[in-house]
Amino acid sequence: MSEHVVHHEEHRDDAGAKLGMWLFIFTELLLFGGLFLVYSVYRLQYHDNFHEASLELSVTIGAINTIALLFSSMTIAMALSAVQKENKKLALIMIGITLLMAAVFLFNKYIEWGAKFHHGLYPGSELMTLLERGHILYFSLYFFMTGLHALHIIIGMILLTICMVKVKTNKINKERFVLLENGALYWHLVDLIWIFLFPLLYLIS
Amino acid sequence: MSNGVGKVEYVSYFDTKSKYTGIMSWLTTMDHKRISLMYMYCISAFFLVGVVLGLLMKVEHLAPGETIMKAQTYNGVFTVHGIIMIFMVVIPGLSAVFGNFFLPILIGGKDVSFPKLNLFSWYLYVTGSILAVASQFLKAGPPDTGWTFYAPYSANTGTSVIIATTAAFILGFSSILTGLNFIVTVHRMRAPGMKLFSMPLFPWSLYATAWIQLLATPVVGITLVMLIAERLFKIGFFDPALGGDPILFQHLFWIYSHPAVYVMILPAMGVISEIIPTFCQRKIYGYKAIAMSSLAIAGVGFLVWGHHMYTSGMSENARWFFSLLTFVVAVPSAIKVFNWILTMYKGSIDIKPPFVYAVIFIFLFIIGGTTGLLLGSVATNVQVHDTAFVVAHFHYIIFGGMGFAFFAAIHYWLPKMYGRMYNLKRANWAAGIMFVGFNILYFPQFIIGIQGMPRRYFDYPVEFQPAQIFSSIGGFILATGLIIMIANLVKGARKGELAPNNPWGGSTLEWTLPSPPSLLNFDEEPVINENPYDYK
Repeated sequence: MSEHVVHHEEHRDDAGAKLGMWLFIFTELLLFGGLFLVYSVYRLQYHDNFHEASLELSVTIGAINTIALLFSSMTIAMALSAVQKENKKLALIMIGITLLMAAVFLFNKYIEWGAKFHHGLYPGSELMTLLERGHILYFSLYFFMTGLHALHIIIGMILLTICMVKVKTNKINKERFVLLENGALYWHLVDLIWIFLFPLLYLIS
Repeated sequence: MSNGVGKVEYVSYFDTKSKYTGIMSWLTTMDHKRISLMYMYCISAFFLVGVVLGLLMKVEHLAPGETIMKAQTYNGVFTVHGIIMIFMVVIPGLSAVFGNFFLPILIGGKDVSFPKLNLFSWYLYVTGSILAVASQFLKAGPPDTGWTFYAPYSANTGTSVIIATTAAFILGFSSILTGLNFIVTVHRMRAPGMKLFSMPLFPWSLYATAWIQLLATPVVGITLVMLIAERLFKIGFFDPALGGDPILFQHLFWIYSHPAVYVMILPAMGVISEIIPTFCQRKIYGYKAIAMSSLAIAGVGFLVWGHHMYTSGMSENARWFFSLLTFVVAVPSAIKVFNWILTMYKGSIDIKPPFVYAVIFIFLFIIGGTTGLLLGSVATNVQVHDTAFVVAHFHYIIFGGMGFAFFAAIHYWLPKMYGRMYNLKRANWAAGIMFVGFNILYFPQFIIGIQGMPRRYFDYPVEFQPAQIFSSIGGFILATGLIIMIANLVKGARKGELAPNNPWGGSTLEWTLPSPPSLLNFDEEPVINENPYDYK
């Protein structure tokens, strides 16, 4: 057989890539769905405990974070529009603001978690074992759910940083922007999950 | 790539040159066909490990009391047997191997939608498998919870449960990504003219399966992570000693794990729907009914998980409700069996090995399915719950169903995959021996199960000994048949006669390609028939 090298033809299917992202979002929703189920079961069972424990959280910080994420969802959508309108500079600024908002969110989370840790309130701590059943479950779920969510924020930030570099190097442009579009979709998902976490954890008192 | 020179020279996917040579050309490949073979080699290896563990249990059961292993060892062996067979063999089995190879070809596509993701799924599969196998050899000892990881025991036992559940989580992730890839592939990679209802039935079953993989697997994923957190931090999600609810774990576990049995069996049904029309040279009976019943099974399959838990504490209303739905989900399966048999009616049946395996599938699947109804109705379930009857039932479904469908598929498609043919006579002999061995192995377990032999016990009262010995002998007959079959297939794939492009007279697209196919499958645009089974 003679030299016969066949490369994969460049296969481009933006609609397919977007469909893939939507499917991935379904998976993510069901991943959190399991946690929401456990949350509902135990909140029903330990209603008063959940109520008391939620008073430990700062609604102010939670509200600031909610605003930060909602705002970032808007900016990432604007970034996509900017790319479509060939306004590279604006797109970069908008992705930058999104990343900044994500950093603000994580910083606040750090403050919140840090204060809890400082009080000796974390999974596996001695203090935790002294609490009532419903309190333990509430705080465990709090750390579990916000922790998993924060992990998603970090993944989203990595994804958007890659997008930012690609916008800068013109690899994401008016003709091909599906990566940014998917990144934005993912970011909206992260936002959406927080929209549920915020009332369920902070506003039930 | 059209440069006006005309036809592309045919090079099989084995000989296609890439950046790397040798093993690296496989480990870096994005060709769905090569990835399929890599899955097949891994899965076959793990299957053999599982078989050896199964045989060890049968040897242990030759006599009451300790025969060759201690009770704790037995607990480890059945757990590892379960984890390997379920998570590493049966769940990925048909979709990762034959789905990967034939889904794109059957719909006239050049590859799956996301080839890189496909390779990534394989690496996840290998990582998960290595962890699962490693959990057997770690100092803490093999997990002894059974593959179901029921809490609270799994939260407290000193064995390597964390590694095993992490493995299951990663394997689940691999399964999700394969499912995602297949759904997009079905929607986006069909050749022009290939409508959804022109697709052969194997792609239809893979499509239904993929939705289950996508939507059910994350639930067990998060459950296993919660279990890990429970072990690490003593949270008390599931452990009643800490105020948790073990039934909640069972619910979360079966919300995935019951749909997972359809991940196992749906592609098997798809394979059979391909084989029957080819060897009867007859249009499949009730094409749309079979296609839609796959979706129906996938849909209703989400709502029946409670039938695993009749005895573990559920309200009477929940029990009859789950029981009713269990009977409902049996209907589409029965529709398929009915349609396969009607396809054979007045067909010109050609009894070749793939057809023999397919018929064995139908036979064993009917036994497995009807005993499943016995388990699905609350009153009888309470009698036989957690007995050898259940073991027999799900081995009839999983091994007799999915296992034999896998054997049928490999006999059907091996000439296409390797371009070589195995010895047909030996394949039939192997099928016969395995069929006899299988029934001798598992049928007695229905009987001793009804008589009260619990599952997962290494010991038993002496009156069960004759049946146990009978069953063990069956195990060795089955293994003998298996060895003959594998030897025949390996020899065929390596040194068999060259296979023609269409050895069985099939009408689906894979048979229009050279054996083995080229890298991009279709060097020319495929011609699509409105009806994939275009015989008469």
